[in-house]
Amino acid sequence: MKILVPIKRVPDPATTIRVLPDGSGIATDNVKWVINPFDEIAIEEALRIKEKQGGEVVLVTIGQSTWQEQLRTGLAMGADRAILAKSDGYLDPLSLARILAKITGDEQADLVLLGKQAIDDDSNQVGQMLAEMLGWPQATFASKVEFADKKVTVTREVDGGLETIAFNLPAVVTTDLRLNEPRYASLPGIMKARKKELKEVPAESLGLDLAPKLKIKSLTAPPKRQAGKKVGSVAELVGVLHTEAKVI
Amino acid sequence: MGDVLIFAEHLGGHFPKTTLTAIHAGLEVAQKRGANAIAVVAGDAPEAVAAEIAKYGVSKVIVLAHPALKNYLADAHAAALTALVKKTGAEFILTTATAIGKDLMPRLAARLNAPMASEITAINADGTFVRPMYAGNAMATIELDGPVKVITVRGTAFDAAKPAAAAAPIEKLDAEIDAAALKQEFVSFNQTKSDRPQLTEARIVVSGGRGLKSGENFKIVLEPLVDEMGAAMGASRAAVDAGFVPNDLQVGQTGKVVAPELYVAVGISGAIQHLAGMKDSKIIVAINKDEEAPIFSVADYGLVADLFKAVPEMVEELKKVKAH
Repeated sequence: MKILVPIKRVPDPATTIRVLPDGSGIATDNVKWVINPFDEIAIEEALRIKEKQGGEVVLVTIGQSTWQEQLRTGLAMGADRAILAKSDGYLDPLSLARILAKITGDEQADLVLLGKQAIDDDSNQVGQMLAEMLGWPQATFASKVEFADKKVTVTREVDGGLETIAFNLPAVVTTDLRLNEPRYASLPGIMKARKKELKEVPAESLGLDLAPKLKIKSLTAPPKRQAGKKVGSVAELVGVLHTEAKVI
Repeated sequence: MGDVLIFAEHLGGHFPKTTLTAIHAGLEVAQKRGANAIAVVAGDAPEAVAAEIAKYGVSKVIVLAHPALKNYLADAHAAALTALVKKTGAEFILTTATAIGKDLMPRLAARLNAPMASEITAINADGTFVRPMYAGNAMATIELDGPVKVITVRGTAFDAAKPAAAAAPIEKLDAEIDAAALKQEFVSFNQTKSDRPQLTEARIVVSGGRGLKSGENFKIVLEPLVDEMGAAMGASRAAVDAGFVPNDLQVGQTGKVVAPELYVAVGISGAIQHLAGMKDSKIIVAINKDEEAPIFSVADYGLVADLFKAVPEMVEELKKVKAH
């Protein structure tokens, strides 16, 4: 089975995010860059499927050349090869999905596994858009993925509990937190990764319309909460909630 | 000027508060654009629900009936709604960012080749929208370009629509779906059963974290407090990951976003991702034995204490308040 895993480079989740005074973006001087945590879960799931069924795991990222670092980490985890669609400018979710649809088609992948959302943008759109562009079934927020020949059964985390849907391959699945716990790259894995194929192609060379339809005009910091106070006892707490805050 | 279509979610003959939130937001977009707001109710036989939704101020309710729409499935719903957008020449289609909204709307957007704004929190007069990024640590003002724009709204950012003076007319249309082209099959829904208020609708939310140490403790220590307060119960990601409680209780950046009048965080350290899901609550209370826990930086009232002592004590104190 050929599995394509699109990944994104994002700031480490523990980063303190600071919006630049001119609103043009966030300060990046203190940022440690990592693979989007949900995409790491996707890589792990792809590797597990390959371990069970055989096949190939191909990583894709769309971004600057420096993002090779994250592809190497994925290769060190065990992915077979990687593609970097080079783009220096902003690409909106539709454009990203369009690029991924082209690559998926060229690679003739059976399954695309990706994170449900990137923790910087939080849009949660690309996987679903990609599925539609390919005309494939989609299963988002997956917490379990099972195969029986070509049939895939996915349990999804939804608002009221867990929903199970089924469909045949090829398909797009987006990952949620509890699908698996990603492995760490081993030292032998890191060594092997250096020799694995990492191909860079310019995004504009794919012959697609990449003009953004969604534009981010500016960023602002959200209003800060006023500092609160510590209370000395449960009795005091219940007292202030009753008389001061008047919520109980 | 094209109209605003509002996808009205419903289940089992009822609609959740999030549907009224979508209607409110849709009415606001329509009002600012000088357009009509039209609710769309899809299903196999949703006429009764449509009649209820018609009472909330929209200009019209369109019923899309088709057997393939009985259970929610992305491909069937995206096909039916795309055909409707094209047929009506609508400019906007929106819904609340529920699990269904998040699953459906991007697929619909791609089908329409339209840009989509996820989880907007405000609608600006100049046609731009505001949405959270970086776990709510940055608010982005965004512009959508094109003849059709797809939007999901954050449920906590808009009020619920109120009943209007008159009920809107209802128009029934055949859903245009090529059933043979559908590839997804609904298997089952394992719904977490609870008599408590819904997490996203409750006035008070009491959440537990890893500090509770077990699912058993959620039951014997936290639940008495939850029920004494008539609250909904939530949880941190750590508690869900550890298997203490089901996934649908998770509050956070990638779980549920809540903004109740009172949020009580018990044994929760307050990771950035958890705060993203509750920092718009009106009053925040934190109970944690670690005085350095980040949760205290957003709490209006913080109690540094052992929750295994403090929570049962709080239940007793609350009973006293009730008695007066």
